[in-house]
Amino acid sequence: MKAERPSDDKRWRLVDATMRRHGHEPNCLIEALHTVQESFGYLEKDALRYVALSLRVPLSKVYGVATFYHFFSMKPQGKHTCVVCMGTACYIKGAQNLLDSVRSRMVVEPGDTTSDGQLSLLTARCVGSCGLAPAVVIDNKVLGNVTESRLSETLGRSVEHEL
Amino acid sequence: MSSEGSVEGAADPGGDGKTHSLNVCVAAGCLSSGSEKVKVALEDAVKSHGLEHECKVKGVGCLGLCSKGPLVSVEKENVVYQDVEPGDAAEIVESLGKEAVTRLKCDMESPFFTRQTKIVLENCGIIDPERIEDYLAADGYEALSKALTQLTPHDVVDQISKSGLRGRGGAGYPTGLKWSTIAKSVPDSTGRKFVICNADEGDPGAFMDRSVLESDPFRVLEGMAIAGYATGASQGYIYVRAEYPLAVKRLRTAIRQAEKSGYLGANILDTTFSFRIDIRLGAGAFVCGEETALIASIEGKRGTPRPRPPYPAEHGLWGAPTLINNVETYANVPAIIRHGGEWFASRGTEKSKGTKVFALAGRVRNTGLIEVPIGITLREVVFDIGGGVPDGKKFKAVQTGGPSGGCIPAEHLDMPVDYETLSRVGSMMGSGGMIVADETSCMVDVAKFFMEFCMSESCGKCIPCRVGTAQMYDLLCKITSGQASMQDLDLLIELCDMVKSTSLCGLGQSAPNPVLSTLRYFRSEYEEHILNKRCPAGVCKMSNEVVHNG
Ligand SMILES: Cc1cc2nc3c(=O)[nH]c(=O)nc-3n(C[C@H](O)[C@H](O)[C@H](O)COP(=O)(O)O)c2cc1C
Ligand code: FES
Repeated sequence: MKAERPSDDKRWRLVDATMRRHGHEPNCLIEALHTVQESFGYLEKDALRYVALSLRVPLSKVYGVATFYHFFSMKPQGKHTCVVCMGTACYIKGAQNLLDSVRSRMVVEPGDTTSDGQLSLLTARCVGSCGLAPAVVIDNKVLGNVTESRLSETLGRSVEHEL
Repeated sequence: MSSEGSVEGAADPGGDGKTHSLNVCVAAGCLSSGSEKVKVALEDAVKSHGLEHECKVKGVGCLGLCSKGPLVSVEKENVVYQDVEPGDAAEIVESLGKEAVTRLKCDMESPFFTRQTKIVLENCGIIDPERIEDYLAADGYEALSKALTQLTPHDVVDQISKSGLRGRGGAGYPTGLKWSTIAKSVPDSTGRKFVICNADEGDPGAFMDRSVLESDPFRVLEGMAIAGYATGASQGYIYVRAEYPLAVKRLRTAIRQAEKSGYLGANILDTTFSFRIDIRLGAGAFVCGEETALIASIEGKRGTPRPRPPYPAEHGLWGAPTLINNVETYANVPAIIRHGGEWFASRGTEKSKGTKVFALAGRVRNTGLIEVPIGITLREVVFDIGGGVPDGKKFKAVQTGGPSGGCIPAEHLDMPVDYETLSRVGSMMGSGGMIVADETSCMVDVAKFFMEFCMSESCGKCIPCRVGTAQMYDLLCKITSGQASMQDLDLLIELCDMVKSTSLCGLGQSAPNPVLSTLRYFRSEYEEHILNKRCPAGVCKMSNEVVHNG
């Protein structure tokens, strides 16, 4: 029995391709969820249901896996993302202050999106640029040796000018 | 394929008729300092000077000194330029074959360069990580071909045992012993054994494995293939963090090229040995670095560990005998097979052979990636190679081993860096993160930082870890907000002991280490917070508000 796609959105084809590549084996669940997140930006309930049916894995198990791993997000992300690294090297070099400054400037808590949907503020456990700590990733671009003023300037440029 | 045969003359570094090669670091660190723009500017400058036939511009992996990026090296000339900007391109190109640009030159006589010994990183910053031809020109796959054509699987295990190589993922288990266990295990009913490379690199403040994968991915694939031959496995998996997209991309490219050139896949180098490698992406769970949790995750499940024994060597992925080693462990293998186990064993200390790659970061002048002989002193690493603490601040401690390790104070700076000594002083070698803290860091706050990490990364399967880390975190919050009593400190110590001895896996068993080591060396800081409600470093905000569980 073939599960029916939740909509005729073309992105489901990418999800199908991943599952097909693994012969719809239940053990490709995590790979399938990665593709969903990559294509849709987050894991919608419909997507979880679709993957569960396609791989013949109980929905409870899919939900269990999706919520176990921090990389998966169940909420849609804002138009821009700002990830403040809170790994050891960055922490020692003052990442907490950076995080606090974005929080108060943009009025958003870590893990949430601003009410206008412009910016999601996230934290990471090391983005692997410890030599340039503290590091912040804005829209997939890593900034090293970040200071509060540089961060607020960059955020201003990439986020606020669109308001 | 003798090593002499493949050494190129100094005048032709790439073996492609070009006299000069400008190597631009395009690893994560320099990329974020803008090295891509520098590369384009150099390419333009080469063109506008009409030097396309004499000079090439190559993107390479990590050149080490991340704090001074973007870095550009002139291959075979022992010149590295630092803080290069696109505007410097013309001057660099014009200087080729003449005097180097003094203004941009790194001091190659400085200890940062002269004190290192490169085995794992020998190709980093020299080869283009996306071209197998470059790897082959640097003696790549010589070890695999030697293993397949001149050595039996037993000989290979023997060489690894002789080398004294120990696992670089943290615990330092003898690699030869692990390989021989799997080589002797009976395959599962369908004849399978597996080889897994642990590239989950969970220590939050370490990037050695990332740099190796981004700078020299073929080396890891070659090491895994040799492991497959030695242990009788024909399928390998690399479990790599999804947070490292560049490493994943380069691995995918490397696997494709290796398959095309006959170094992976069926009948490798026309022998009967076949070996495939697939990538599995992690999804941001620290506990998945633990081997049994990692296996559960590859099987598509929640990554929770299970009690050992049985060890993965007998009962691993899908129940079959499974070899799990760290990225750096595999990256040592080709050199060992090429030069022999004894060559490797001549480096390092009596019980810890070879070199170790460290990610040097924090409050130190030169941050970046270094490879040093095991047994070097911490002082040499921090003060000679690292250049000491900047801004006239005072050194306080160096943290090794991440959330499972500890903080080592100034009084132990002269001890050798090896597995045994580091555990004796209450830390551990760990995977290679080395973070320097100066007087501006509060050691109780650092302990709280790691406890918060362990608390939120605890998978929740066993109670000591799930509940114990939360309790310890609450106590540390109480201390750092000036609301604790000395009884709370006693309770914290009691909990440390309980969680350490009763947790299911290494995460819980080692979670108390940062607290225990800071208590051992910086007890007065704890007491200042408790008795005088004061944070000596001025980091903790003392208040009378109620503490919330983070
Ligand atoms: C909580 C926890 C996290 C770990 N994380 C890693 C890791 O990120 N990378 C790694 O190679 N080993 C990690 N390990 C160690 C592995 O379980 C295993 O010992 C190692 O991969 C074996 O390889 P080696 O012998 O080459 O070191 C971790 C262990 C524990 C308990
Ligand atoms: S700790 Fe922030 S990049 Fe590693």
